[in-house]
Amino acid sequence: MTALTDDTLPVAPRAVRDEMIVFVVMALLLISVPFSGIYPFFVMQALCFALLACAFNLLIGYGGLLSFGHAMFLGTAGYCSAHALKVWGLPPELGILVGVAGAFVLSIVTGYISIRRQGIYFSMITLALSQLLYFLYLQTPFTHGEDGIQGIPQGHLFGVFDLSKPTVLYYVVLGGFLGGFLLIYRIINSPFGEVLKSIRENEQRAISLGYRTDQYKFLAFVLSGTLAGFAGSLKVFVAQNASLTDVHWSMSGEVVLMTLVGGLGTIFGPVVGAFAIIAMQQYLAGFGQWVTVIQGSIFVICVLTFRRGVVGEIAHYFRRSL
Amino acid sequence: MQALYAQLLVGLINGSFYALLSLGLAVIFGMLNIINFAHGALYMMGAFCAYFLLSLTGLNYWWALLIAPIVVGIFGMILERTMLQWLSGLDHLYGLLLTFGIALIVQGVFQNYFGSSGLPYAIPDQLKGGMNLGFMFLPIYRAWVVIFSLVVCIATWFLIEKTRLGAYLRAATENPTLVRAFGINVPRMITLTYGLGVGLAALAGVLSAPINQVRPLMGADLIIVVFAVVVIGGMGSIMGSIITGFALGVIEGLTKYFYPEASNTVVFVLMVLVLLVKPTGLTGRAA
Repeated sequence: MTALTDDTLPVAPRAVRDEMIVFVVMALLLISVPFSGIYPFFVMQALCFALLACAFNLLIGYGGLLSFGHAMFLGTAGYCSAHALKVWGLPPELGILVGVAGAFVLSIVTGYISIRRQGIYFSMITLALSQLLYFLYLQTPFTHGEDGIQGIPQGHLFGVFDLSKPTVLYYVVLGGFLGGFLLIYRIINSPFGEVLKSIRENEQRAISLGYRTDQYKFLAFVLSGTLAGFAGSLKVFVAQNASLTDVHWSMSGEVVLMTLVGGLGTIFGPVVGAFAIIAMQQYLAGFGQWVTVIQGSIFVICVLTFRRGVVGEIAHYFRRSL
Repeated sequence: MQALYAQLLVGLINGSFYALLSLGLAVIFGMLNIINFAHGALYMMGAFCAYFLLSLTGLNYWWALLIAPIVVGIFGMILERTMLQWLSGLDHLYGLLLTFGIALIVQGVFQNYFGSSGLPYAIPDQLKGGMNLGFMFLPIYRAWVVIFSLVVCIATWFLIEKTRLGAYLRAATENPTLVRAFGINVPRMITLTYGLGVGLAALAGVLSAPINQVRPLMGADLIIVVFAVVVIGGMGSIMGSIITGFALGVIEGLTKYFYPEASNTVVFVLMVLVLLVKPTGLTGRAA
């Protein structure tokens, strides 16, 4: 597991201050979006994927575990939330809770199974598990198969905020994203996060120091899966549907791509990557399958020449951690 | 009873593909330390190769069986020389990501020109028809696929486990530096190994063309099942890959007969069970 961090940076005391400055700039930029005339739907969608990519990055960037099935949390939470909102008629806050709870349970089950193998096997197992779930969702009645759950009511959050108004919805999604982002930031900088990083660097040594590494990896998996589920629940309010696309392996691949482009193991990288990939899909929507070809090419270019990603390269240039 | 035998046969055929593909994955992983995500895309290229040979040059199935693995194998070797070789020494996951990217490119290009629907490929004249075995009707082509795959698998096993070349290969897997010191060109061997693994995938593609039609995404879902097969069997042993591949195909076939709803998922469920009972896989050593 050495090569992931062949450029480990010395942690400067300024690092936290730098990160805070970048965070405030990012938050201010995002808060000002509704006044800028940018299509808010696009930004909301990007924010959901950014949170998903951040959750994925918690596992790969800090735990060294490449999950190739993170779409299963996105999709499962989406289906659970959509079902709770539409069929049970629950208010938005409870709908989100149901979705997150669904992803939480799923991450416990899948984490328990997949954490038993390491490295490349872990990736294959998560991919296979998400494919298993894909076929289950294809067949169970509550997901409505190919159609998905459509026309989901948005409702009033806490009985006050009318989510059918784009601006209100935007700030709710932004609040959810920033909350999730800060939580991940807190996890990374906690003692738990430090142990996780030590496992990524050298698992054998972490074991010899007396850490039960399996438990740490399991907890990281559950945290990552649950947060990915939160992103899925938020996405339901933006897209107003929950469909099989969100569980498909190509979605898992996109999450990997976003994080890779932004920079594996960087704090802001997944956000940059998510915006870049979503923007690319938006602009190239008319080119059909060429989008897939371009995505594949980005994968190849990133792996061969650009392994630190956009944010990683910038951080490396300025010798800072971002 | 007829239906049961028919499903068993379908299972054996799927098992042949699992065996050929997981065998290639295991050989490649042994030498390159890379899980070849592009394996499904290269399998698809093998089938398309057969299709082009027939429709453009008129070369029949038998030629395709010979030419497609060579063409795709050369394509694979070019990939290895130009891209994969730069990943040696890096974390395993970069190999997975790179080959995933290659798979997206290849599948995307084919989808652009051929859409998602299937192109028909006729069964060669010599293998048309079937035999009545008394208890079931056996289509000759299907029997041919099973037997031919079995022969190829065993030949590959023989090549790696019993010949001098295979001995070099196994030695280079264990300790490439030392083998190089003996004057053996290990980088060239790595390239050839990748070509061999990829050629096996292309061969499976040609075999499946008359059965499953030729589609750009024919390998995309298959490769995920093969990954599960590899997790179940482990990549430590060649024979293990072959046996696991065929066995899982048969189990899948039986599931199609007894409980068709689960036929898509049975391999994944078995993977979960194996992981719970024996996390290292059936033949694998502790990773």
